Amino acid sequence: MSASLALPHRARRLRAIPGFGLAFGIALFWLSAIVLVPLLALLLRPFELGLAGLWASLAEPRVAASLRLSFGAALLAAAIAAPLGLLLAWAVVRLRFPGRAVLDAAIDLPFALPTAVAGLAMTALLAPNGWVGGPLGEWFGWRVAFTPAGIVIALVFVALPFTARTVEPVLRDLGRESEEAAATLGATRFQTLRRVVLPALAPAILTGFGLGFARAVGEYGSVIFIAGNMPMVSEIAPLLITIRLEQFDYAGAAAIGLAMLLLAFAVLLALNLAQRALRRGQG
Amino acid sequence: MNATEDPLWFRALLVALAVLTGLLLLALPLAAVFTEALRRGGEAALAAILEPDTLAAIRMTLIVAAISVPLNTVGGLAAAWCIAKHDFPGKRLLVTLVELPFSVSPVISGLVFVLIFGLQGWLGPWLQARGIQVIFALPGLVLATLFVTFPFVARTVLPLMQDQGRAEEEAAATLGAGGWQIFRRVTLPNIRWALLAGVLLCNARAMGEFGAVSVVSGHIRGQTNTMPLHVEILYNEYQFAGAFAVAALLALLGLVTLAAKAVLERWSGRVAGEAG
Amino acid sequence: MRSTFRPGRRAMLAAPALLALPARAQGVRELLNVSYDPTREFYRDYNAGFAREWQAQHRQTLRINTSHGGSGRQARSVIDGLAADVVTLALAYDVDAIAERGLIARDWITRLPQNSAPYTSTIVFLTRKGNPKGLRDWPDLVKPGVAIITPNPKTSGGARWNYLAAWASAQKHGQNPEEFLARLFRQVPVLDTGARGSTTTFVQRGQGDVLLAWENEAHLALQEFGAGQFDIIYPPLSILAEPSVAVVDGNVDRRGTRDLAEAYLRGLYAPAGQEAAAKHFYRPRDQALLQKNAERFPTLELVTIDGAFGGWAEAQRVHFNDGGVFDRIYRPGR
Repeated sequence: MSASLALPHRARRLRAIPGFGLAFGIALFWLSAIVLVPLLALLLRPFELGLAGLWASLAEPRVAASLRLSFGAALLAAAIAAPLGLLLAWAVVRLRFPGRAVLDAAIDLPFALPTAVAGLAMTALLAPNGWVGGPLGEWFGWRVAFTPAGIVIALVFVALPFTARTVEPVLRDLGRESEEAAATLGATRFQTLRRVVLPALAPAILTGFGLGFARAVGEYGSVIFIAGNMPMVSEIAPLLITIRLEQFDYAGAAAIGLAMLLLAFAVLLALNLAQRALRRGQG
Repeated sequence: MNATEDPLWFRALLVALAVLTGLLLLALPLAAVFTEALRRGGEAALAAILEPDTLAAIRMTLIVAAISVPLNTVGGLAAAWCIAKHDFPGKRLLVTLVELPFSVSPVISGLVFVLIFGLQGWLGPWLQARGIQVIFALPGLVLATLFVTFPFVARTVLPLMQDQGRAEEEAAATLGAGGWQIFRRVTLPNIRWALLAGVLLCNARAMGEFGAVSVVSGHIRGQTNTMPLHVEILYNEYQFAGAFAVAALLALLGLVTLAAKAVLERWSGRVAGEAG
Repeated sequence: MRSTFRPGRRAMLAAPALLALPARAQGVRELLNVSYDPTREFYRDYNAGFAREWQAQHRQTLRINTSHGGSGRQARSVIDGLAADVVTLALAYDVDAIAERGLIARDWITRLPQNSAPYTSTIVFLTRKGNPKGLRDWPDLVKPGVAIITPNPKTSGGARWNYLAAWASAQKHGQNPEEFLARLFRQVPVLDTGARGSTTTFVQRGQGDVLLAWENEAHLALQEFGAGQFDIIYPPLSILAEPSVAVVDGNVDRRGTRDLAEAYLRGLYAPAGQEAAAKHFYRPRDQALLQKNAERFPTLELVTIDGAFGGWAEAQRVHFNDGGVFDRIYRPGR
């Protein structure tokens, strides 16, 4: 991969790039002001309940069910969005076909569409009287809207640009030289894809998966319209937070927020470690 | 068999699958938005957009985006540069922290500012005594948007920066260039398209954010409503055509941004080609 | 290379210039009414009339701002510092919550006539045209195969009234109310967060056989979506819903708007306010006006929250708080 990673650690030290202090200062200030200090409030507030109260507040079956649903649906959605994102990125970078530019622009649509609008549009499409929901119900007897399946579809929609756009620049940057080299050395196309292209893309795919998951797990606007919001069945954790807020239970709301945050943090940390292992394996 | 070129059937299959994905998952919701918007005719849609409250919401959205996007671009670049081009203890932690707002539910991103600046929060009573309104006013909307769009720039440029490695920067440093010079002359040109993409995505998200601003907005018509919130309001007033008209405008804004990005990319590619 | 970066930067710098704020007109007095979802149309009407009258009497231009949303969410916003001059919410409980934080005097409910509720409403059934499932009374709702649409009582004020009306009816029929409501909620396929969301689910998405709705919301749905598609059914017994209004003392004293805010709420009891309420299907307190509109507001037996449930604080504690009756009866694994 990159040249610097091949250098021994000490050599890299000697050639340290200047300017770290200022950049790190800006980054740290920015991170603290916008993210860390606000999140401190989220960290401290739940403890107003006391440790026992905090635990009781989270151990409720409804909270546990909503956390299971939020994380399960987000992981599933990211797992669906990752190959779809790779497919779209590959099509946009490597293939030539009419409408490629349109497809390229369309990938960012879930960003351009406000989440609430996406939710409304999805619900209009997937509801039993919608363009897609109607035929699905009539032909297959499937009910998608107002079920967990609807949640997963909405989350794939929001996660897709993350998975596609993370892979795309790396794929573009990859060039075909290494593939040509592999071909020259007698590798078949399948071997080249598996041994050369896929490993090079793997960290980006993993990053995209992580970002898509992270974005999906907390998604609110596009989900509440299509979820059905049945407690224990299709009630997502962020909805439960707003419900607690509306009961003026600030500490209880912050407690669910804290739990979501710690779980998401754990998943992202695991993904980052996996990515590092991947990079090291290649270096 | 040619090892750098896939067989035709395979390429065709990939194209078909990609287009199908694009149609089903991306184009169809957009089509639904525009169909609903034009259900009562183009004039009704236009009237809904030209309504004073809608115009106020559009202005609010633009102001919020104009403040938050540049701030997050500077911070995001600084963080990505540190992570990709330097070694320091706790780097993994920084990466994870930068990504953190992605996994924070928008509802929570609004909530944290309520917990701090709300009347029941840490600073609320102090602020109110001095007549300063943070949440339920522009500052609150900006803060919530900053929080939500925080990782976009950093996370878009980071994979590319890491992939490009440090050889060029290290060479520049050997030649005696300073940090700022290296960043501007070496790193920035290498990542400019990823950066532009990040800025555009950040902007799109800033304009389209719903959950977080919903918590801190107060929903005062014509004053603290952003476009997505106004969509919800119109929808709740049974003005479905109007709601989808504003939604379509938001989508259109996004589409124009994306088209501008494509044009700029092509134009700039030519300039760079001539220069090189 | 460097030059390629300029257009983006220049555009970024130019952007703020396009965004100059409109100068707010001088000498305009402002009032913020924080209300709940189904009152939008009513207050739009009332505000226009009130502003006209105020202009004529006091030579001051008024700008009345409104904010609508779920009643609980709106109360929370005011508690968190939304600078409301008056609140006009779905339940006394939500106003009490604000009073508890010291923003409204504790005795607010006695400051205006009739429990500070200038108009009332009740809960009715909205069914598909012709009432194909023959739903006339609450017990009909739990017949097999009837799908009921109601919002979540945890988040929606209207849904709490729905729930309590069903409870009161079960008591009257000598049924175990807890069992009755458990059966009822097993037949709810979509539980939206607010009254408007439920109406949309029923009307636009075609879900369910019956919508439990505010009387005014049901009439509005009929008006907006065509009378040919739905029927309003009045059960023999329902609940007297008293949406409460109050001046937010903490805010009006700070902003110097007390005179305006008090006049605004008193105006709701005046003939113009009562007529606007009746026009938007809220039951006016003015008996003569109610008689005149007897056709729109049929009489039915109405229980009150104070009489049947011991007041809102009690009802909230017993039924809707975490671990309350609703949490107990709402069990998954249907």
